[in-house]
Amino acid sequence: MLLQALGKIAQTLVVLFFVSVASFGLLKLAPGDPIQIMLGSEYSQESYDSLKTELGLDQPFLVQYADWAVRFVQGDWGTSYVARAEIFTYAFKEALPVTLTLASFSLAFAILIGVPLGVLSAVKKDTIFDAGSAVLALTGTAFPSFLLGILLIWFFAVKLQLFPVMGYVSPWENFWLGIYHMILPGLTLSTYFIAMITRLTRATLIEVMEQPYITAARARGEPSWRVVWVHGVRNIAMPLVTILGLQLGVLLQGTVLTETVFNLPGIGQMLTSAVLGREYLVVQAGVMMTAALFIGVNLLVDLSYPFLDPRLRARK
Amino acid sequence: MSIQTPEAPTTLPPTAAPDTANRSRRSVFVRRPFFTIALIVAVAYLVAAIFAPQVAPFDPVQQDFNVMMQPPTVGHLFGTDSYGQDILSRVIYGARFALIIGIFAVLIGAAGGLVIGLAAGLSGGGSEWALMRLIDAILALPSLILAVAFIAILGQGVDKVVIAVGLSMIGPFARTVRGDVLQVRVQLFIEAAQLMSIPYLRVVWRHVLPNVIFPLAVQVTIRISEAILVSSSLSFLGIGVTPPTPDWGLMIAEGRDFVSFAPWMSAMPGFALALLLIALTIVGDGIREEFDPKLRKDP
Repeated sequence: MLLQALGKIAQTLVVLFFVSVASFGLLKLAPGDPIQIMLGSEYSQESYDSLKTELGLDQPFLVQYADWAVRFVQGDWGTSYVARAEIFTYAFKEALPVTLTLASFSLAFAILIGVPLGVLSAVKKDTIFDAGSAVLALTGTAFPSFLLGILLIWFFAVKLQLFPVMGYVSPWENFWLGIYHMILPGLTLSTYFIAMITRLTRATLIEVMEQPYITAARARGEPSWRVVWVHGVRNIAMPLVTILGLQLGVLLQGTVLTETVFNLPGIGQMLTSAVLGREYLVVQAGVMMTAALFIGVNLLVDLSYPFLDPRLRARK
Repeated sequence: MSIQTPEAPTTLPPTAAPDTANRSRRSVFVRRPFFTIALIVAVAYLVAAIFAPQVAPFDPVQQDFNVMMQPPTVGHLFGTDSYGQDILSRVIYGARFALIIGIFAVLIGAAGGLVIGLAAGLSGGGSEWALMRLIDAILALPSLILAVAFIAILGQGVDKVVIAVGLSMIGPFARTVRGDVLQVRVQLFIEAAQLMSIPYLRVVWRHVLPNVIFPLAVQVTIRISEAILVSSSLSFLGIGVTPPTPDWGLMIAEGRDFVSFAPWMSAMPGFALALLLIALTIVGDGIREEFDPKLRKDP
């Protein structure tokens, strides 16, 4: 099992390597000569050459890549001219926590609502409740989140004035105010996941409920809530975790949009302003962080299987 | 009754046979009423997009400052925006951009995915492993983030959005194609063709490709809605299509600033987008359930 885990980690590192080469290549593909940009309109060939040597741009691609990778790992990500800050501080210490807060809040929301809804639909299969939640789930997966966000702002913040229109307060500094500011963005982002988890939970639980061990549990005379919520739900954990890991990308791209709707200073806003300001270093940082997060979480998902399913522990 | 039974078999088969054939041909639409409704909606969008100049009551970019931000009225069914442009006309023209971008982007993604997927599925060994890790690397980035990165290099505009969204969709297509190739590669007819010393590329062209193309075509129809969503998301972020193009994402973003007193500015193009996406999702689900052998219950 340890060997398997190590193999997976090695594979993950290779994928991360490909991503980093690609996002380094992104910088090379970006239009405009960085030296010309730095030197301005008037310069001599000599100063051009000396700066080129100084920046290491006369080196072969792989040497430049290695040089960049070492600096990247050390946290030297360059400077953002629009945000007037070190990109590492700006992206990793300021933007990423906002995105992660929003993402984890929405995920918690989605699991807390989606799983019970899916379980109820599975138990009440082929009733009006089931049909209703199926329609809601389909609408939820297809409805564009940014539109939903605007509608929620219009209804809850403008009409009813229950929640703030936009703005971000860190829950780490002021917990309740932070949560208060997170409810509308969290609801916006989690809708897709509530719908998806409902559909998935329903489908897998219906299959699980046909298994012999469920019949056995019923035959032992266990109360029906225990059969469903203990014996049934425990067995949907694995497909659920797998899908959630694979759908993390959707969650991350959802935060990009939700942040824009609610003016949250996360990775989404960072990326958008970076594209408009042609700050390729910032785009690169955003791409690297997103990919690393996705790859890292999916590695954790892979490694978590033995903990979720005892049958996988026994196997060598 | 008992006397008439011998006659029954002679008369029944001729009428029964076309009846069952007819029923199975009709059944997709009868058995799936939601699919039928969704298909009609999607076709309606397509018709509106093609005949936009005939259908739209106003010029989508004609500004009229006398009728700025009017709520929906008889004259302007969907109201007007902050430039006095008729929202209904812009929504109808927006269908053009949404569908053009969606369809062409998916085709780019499918073509790229076909090439990488075929290469990964057929090569085997170390290069297959490397290609798979490459696909993993592409898949590690959500399509919107990938599209944002491509937009950063390419710049803004309709053509750039098509390319960026198309390139960002290569990953999922490549993975499906590779999976199909792996299944086809071990089939007996491939081995037979190789034993007949038919040139390798010819085997790929005549025997592998036809078996991969059909599932790919199903994927293409399913993923059009994703392409439309990503492209309108780019416009919503303000880095996709540039104003005054009547793009839904752009219109929703413009309306966001006026949501407190002119909610129809965002809502009208928003619901147009949402309805199309929901319709396309239902159509896609229906097509997948009808044609995907893995999902089909009856043999």
